[in-house]
Amino acid sequence: MFIDNFPALEGERAGLRAMGARRLLLLGGIGLILTGMFFGDIFAVYTLHQNAAQVGANLEAAANAALSGSRAAVLTNFVNVGSFLENRGTKVDTHVHMIDFGYLALLLAILQPWVGLAESSKKKIAWTFLVGAWLLPVGVYLIHYVGLARSPLKAIGWASIAADFGGLLVLLATLAYLIGLVVHFRGGGVGRSDELLNDRSLEGRMLFAGGLTLILLGFFHGSYYAATDLYKHEAQDYTLLAQISAGAAVGVRMVVNDALSRYGQLQGAKAVNIAAHAHSIEFGLLTIMMAFFQPYVSLRAAWKRRWAAVLLVGSLMLPVCVLLEMKLGLVAGGAADFAGMLVVLALLAMWIGILRYTGGLDAAASSRSAPGVQE
Amino acid sequence: MSGSQRLLIIGGVALAVWGMSYGLWYAVFAEHQALDNIGGSLAGSFAAAADRNPVRMESSLQQYREAKYVYDRQVDVHGHWIGLAMLLIVLGIGFDRVNFAERFKLMLALDLLVGAAVFPLGVFLQTMSHGPLPRAIAIVGSGLVIAGLVGCAVGVVAGRSTDISAA
Repeated sequence: MFIDNFPALEGERAGLRAMGARRLLLLGGIGLILTGMFFGDIFAVYTLHQNAAQVGANLEAAANAALSGSRAAVLTNFVNVGSFLENRGTKVDTHVHMIDFGYLALLLAILQPWVGLAESSKKKIAWTFLVGAWLLPVGVYLIHYVGLARSPLKAIGWASIAADFGGLLVLLATLAYLIGLVVHFRGGGVGRSDELLNDRSLEGRMLFAGGLTLILLGFFHGSYYAATDLYKHEAQDYTLLAQISAGAAVGVRMVVNDALSRYGQLQGAKAVNIAAHAHSIEFGLLTIMMAFFQPYVSLRAAWKRRWAAVLLVGSLMLPVCVLLEMKLGLVAGGAADFAGMLVVLALLAMWIGILRYTGGLDAAASSRSAPGVQE
Repeated sequence: MSGSQRLLIIGGVALAVWGMSYGLWYAVFAEHQALDNIGGSLAGSFAAAADRNPVRMESSLQQYREAKYVYDRQVDVHGHWIGLAMLLIVLGIGFDRVNFAERFKLMLALDLLVGAAVFPLGVFLQTMSHGPLPRAIAIVGSGLVIAGLVGCAVGVVAGRSTDISAA
């Protein structure tokens, strides 16, 4: 009876069977994206700016040490800069890889009907993918803390080895699905349809059109940045560092301080442009993927539309506010963090809707298989 | 599933596998060395400034510049190959919403696939040559992707107009 409330067709029910490959990849994928986004928001609020300040302070200290002719102090400060940059870099990599693996998991979930392999094999591959997709970001996160402790290698520690092994698992799983797709299409299984992709609900269309628009905006911005600023920024990076070291070598503090200040601003300008470009395209991909999964979101139609709107507003607002950070400072930064939370909330609501849907399917399946219940 | 959809999906998953293989190779064999080179050369230039040694300072800075240039592009190549691969798969799945004739959609799919492969390839070639050819390849590749995306957007809007007028 409960299942009658769901707009599911038989094909979808079969495609989302309990602990099947599609369900594993769907729920695991959204879980990865949510964790990655939540981690990114925490990182942005509590670590990113503080870390950037520490890098700047140590670079300044290194420049001052060069001014006073203290080679040892220069090297000490650069060790600190390296440590702070590693801390920042591994956290950004954790955030990015977790979300991207989540996206890939969602895409592979959609493609499952066209993977010409046995369901048991598809399930094993899905588990392999998910284990690798968690292992890589967790390994990358630990690189800064584990370092080279007890490592058999000179430059790569155990955390890096674990991360690389996770990447290998994801790679092999994706390759296996690629072989499955080729097997299916070569076997003439072209006509198989999936009702999931035939959905043309209002929220699905909103998300699809909005996602395509976000991707286009991200591409235009990336092209504009590459054409106008990328090479200029790279040249400035070198010129300013040259000014700092040359100023230090001849003992002119004013030149060093001026170049240090402009170097900090340059790093900020580069970071916000790259982040706006990447987030616009990634959120565009996410909203299109969520458009495909709307039939699985078991919420009232009005709420599905509201959450679709929240996802779109957050997805547009975040890259715009990130771009404005250079002009408006912390106000724009706070608004970008808020937009990130909107995206996380909308995604969480859709995930809960999908969990309700799968729960309904399982309840119906178990009631059908119970003694005395007729099909 | 149409031929254009199959081209985008198979091409997209293959490009993702390629991009991941490149990333794995890079992480294991090149990234740590590149980061050590960047950090070491920059520290070396400041240390040379402290020693009042302008020749070594300049050569260290040049080394830093080259290492940073190559590192930024190698990371970009990995990210763009996989990002564009996911875009191809997404578009392949939703390509039935693009309301053009299949023959034109096949051309659109081919344009997107070639652009997605060639754009990061142009960026990768910049790590080997600072000449204009790699940049031109990257520009052509990104132009193909943008043109394909605009085509898809027009096709989706055309589909909606047809739906509305039919209703």
